[in-house]
Amino acid sequence: MTALFLLTRYFSASVRGQLQYPGSTILLAAGQFFTTIIDIVAAWALFARFGPVQGWTFGDIAMFFGMISVSFAIADFLSRGFDMFGAHFIKTGDFDRVLLRPRSAALQLIGYDFRLARIGRLAQGLIVIGLATASLSLEWDAAKVGLALWTIVGGVALFVGLMVFQATLAFWTVESLEVMNVLTYGGVQAAQFPLSLYAGWFRNLLIFIVPLGCVAYFPVLAILDKPDPLGAPAWLLPLTPAAGLIFLAVSFLAWRFGVSKYTSTGS
Amino acid sequence: MPQILVQDLAKTYRVAERDPGVLGALKGLVHRRWRTVEALKDVSFSLEAGELLGFIGPNGAGKSTTIKILSGILRPDSGRVEVGGLVPYQERIKHVARIGVVFGQRTQLWWDLPVIDGFDLLRDIYRIDPVCYARTRDELVALLRLERLLDQPVRQLSLGQRMRAEIAAALLHEPDVLFLDEPTIGLDAPSKLAVREFVKRLNRERGVTVLLTTHDMHDIEALAERVIVIGHGQVLADSPFEALRRDVLRERWLFIDFVDQAPEIDLPGVEVRARDGRSLELAFDPAVVGAPRLIAAITADYAVEDIHVEQPAIEEVIAKFYDLHGAAEA
Repeated sequence: MTALFLLTRYFSASVRGQLQYPGSTILLAAGQFFTTIIDIVAAWALFARFGPVQGWTFGDIAMFFGMISVSFAIADFLSRGFDMFGAHFIKTGDFDRVLLRPRSAALQLIGYDFRLARIGRLAQGLIVIGLATASLSLEWDAAKVGLALWTIVGGVALFVGLMVFQATLAFWTVESLEVMNVLTYGGVQAAQFPLSLYAGWFRNLLIFIVPLGCVAYFPVLAILDKPDPLGAPAWLLPLTPAAGLIFLAVSFLAWRFGVSKYTSTGS
Repeated sequence: MPQILVQDLAKTYRVAERDPGVLGALKGLVHRRWRTVEALKDVSFSLEAGELLGFIGPNGAGKSTTIKILSGILRPDSGRVEVGGLVPYQERIKHVARIGVVFGQRTQLWWDLPVIDGFDLLRDIYRIDPVCYARTRDELVALLRLERLLDQPVRQLSLGQRMRAEIAAALLHEPDVLFLDEPTIGLDAPSKLAVREFVKRLNRERGVTVLLTTHDMHDIEALAERVIVIGHGQVLADSPFEALRRDVLRERWLFIDFVDQAPEIDLPGVEVRARDGRSLELAFDPAVVGAPRLIAAITADYAVEDIHVEQPAIEEVIAKFYDLHGAAEA
């Protein structure tokens, strides 16, 4: 409870800081909106011209796309401290300052910054989900809303986990962290489209190693009431977002190991 | 039981060595060569509650490593360390709630936030009781003359203003122990004086135990009765500053302007440091010949226009001390 209270305090401090430059915040949010919605516009143009691909319609694609956008936007909003960890905390030595305060390091990093500009991607995701709903004439009953929220919880957990993992690597090297963007941004791009389009090895990677498929593809199939063309049983589909939470837990285990490495070497 | 206890502390770092250039960087990826650096070899000291200790030494001597271990950021390889009965690196969160730390080179505050908002955030981070917080904050604001800075974002403060705000920020939770790492670095003279004056009062009136590292010997002279000199990861001296002066460089200097050309002086315990026309600078050992006798002897034989005695500046004492111990930075 007290941790949650502190987060609200961090949040209001971060917002006040950003509102010192309101123009910049608004422009960044608009930028996020337009740069991320362009992909789905392009997809729409292709579908309008060529029709369904392997049984997937534009509405289906938009649902995958929108769900992942919402998850990633929220995760990005929460984990800026982890995302910037190598450059802003390890290189500068500011992680020392974090350790000097009587709170868990992870809590302080979540509270480090909440970028309001992420609203741009969030708005894009919600609008695209709306488009998908209209295109598919989807009825949102309570079960579907619940499943969508659960999917987003799993997705947020997974993306936060990726950022925590990236931050953990900074305890060993701050030089080659861009490699991680393949997993975060590349992962977003990959998970925005249905897994069945990809080659087998890549699908397995997205299911078993970095389980992006479990926080988008499988549960969204359940929302769309579609059977899995890959053959996953229908009862399993709504359970898969749990994989995101497991991934997050494992990332935090690695993180704790990294912190203890830091306190023993000081770098 | 002393408040701070450090016994046989040792800490070694492994530093990756790399050949220069792109090829070197690539080679480093495949096969790393490590060099070990002994930051601390065998450091022991203890501090009673209410003491004010100056911690000095050349760059790379082990000051920062010691402060980091004491504040729970770093785990030593071996040795014992306790602050207020807690082992810092084992109970980090409990420990850091009871200490205050100020790094002269780094800000603890929030760059874009007004000072007062940063203070409020620290209240919630440290879980300070709101009533205690308001009282402590108002006291600190008055003592450090922060009234007019409270509404300004930290990034707009001058270095001296910021340092005063930093010190207040480190004390809001009323710690028993305060670590100051180069608190006066880069400050102008009035700010330095203000910081020194405040630290002194804090120590005398509140009984806060203070451990201070600095390269500014005037900090030491103004504040610390007790000084630890560290070099090559070892404690080279642990004594009152005056005792250090006596042991290292007890000579005094006599500056004389003669009416005529400066004469040759040949007295036991006296050396000529410099000579320039009618001026003469002598170094003498007060244990061999006292200042009154020396002055009397000179004024008896020669016509003198002006005369005064100086002590070597503290910098000179410390430089000589480093020199004697081969401790100067390589």
